[in-house]
Amino acid sequence: MDSKKYLEDISEIKNMMSRSSRFISLSGLSGILAGVYALIGGYLGYLILYPSSWTFDTYEEIKLSILSVAAGVVFFAVITAFILTYKKANKSGEKIWDASSKRLLVNFLIPLITGGIFILLLIRLQYWVLIAPATLIFYGMACLNASKYTLGDVRYLGITNIILGLISAYFIGYGLWFWILGFGVCHIIYGTLMYFKYDRR
Amino acid sequence: MSIINNINKAFDHRIRLGIMSILMVNEHADFNRLKELLGVTDGNLASHTKALEKEAYILIEKQFIGKKPNTRYSATPLGKIEFKKHIDALEKLIGK
Repeated sequence: MDSKKYLEDISEIKNMMSRSSRFISLSGLSGILAGVYALIGGYLGYLILYPSSWTFDTYEEIKLSILSVAAGVVFFAVITAFILTYKKANKSGEKIWDASSKRLLVNFLIPLITGGIFILLLIRLQYWVLIAPATLIFYGMACLNASKYTLGDVRYLGITNIILGLISAYFIGYGLWFWILGFGVCHIIYGTLMYFKYDRR
Repeated sequence: MSIINNINKAFDHRIRLGIMSILMVNEHADFNRLKELLGVTDGNLASHTKALEKEAYILIEKQFIGKKPNTRYSATPLGKIEFKKHIDALEKLIGK
């Protein structure tokens, strides 16, 4: 019998199963860049928290600058991810806005928005020390949840961030360092892995 | 020669294989989604889905979303069992 045809059949089945259930055009490079932005943000955060001379007068000012740096990092990371993923999808002939990418986004956003609201409530109660652990844990959960609908490696990024979040909830006061580790270093490591595994084909 | 018997003629076409694969991992898919994933023409897709429906391997539901007609496909329990057998048979044949 023609075993080459059977082999092609099997690979077609696998291809269709993964293409129809997972969004595979997620760009690894955007993960690396998100990590780089987080490192830059971390450096700015360090300058704000440990200034060589006391330029900030109030606690309020420090909090506000930290929050704006964090917002900036998220903004640039999202824009970059969108552009690079759009390019990659175009190249591989996958649509950027179809049933798989919608499902991916919804499942990523549910834990993330839950976390966002929870953190706003923490800020309201002035539980500052819990913000860094909460961001890492909820972001990790979001990645873990999203991983079912995209490249499987995102799962390990999620698990790593959840663990880092829990550790940082024990070592209170080192939030900035855990942020740098989780959002910076982890993104660069996993982004690089994904870049070599998928992007360069 | 029970392995050869499990090779199902109804699945012996690239497009039918694709339709079944998609419906195995998704609860349902509509016409446009199948068309987009498989890259086939309307007529081609319609004839293959009809063939699979005749075997009772897939279910075709016509409904309206607002004013637009929408055709939704899903795999039947029988279709899932038969397709699984087909995959197993393919794998065994390659494994030899």
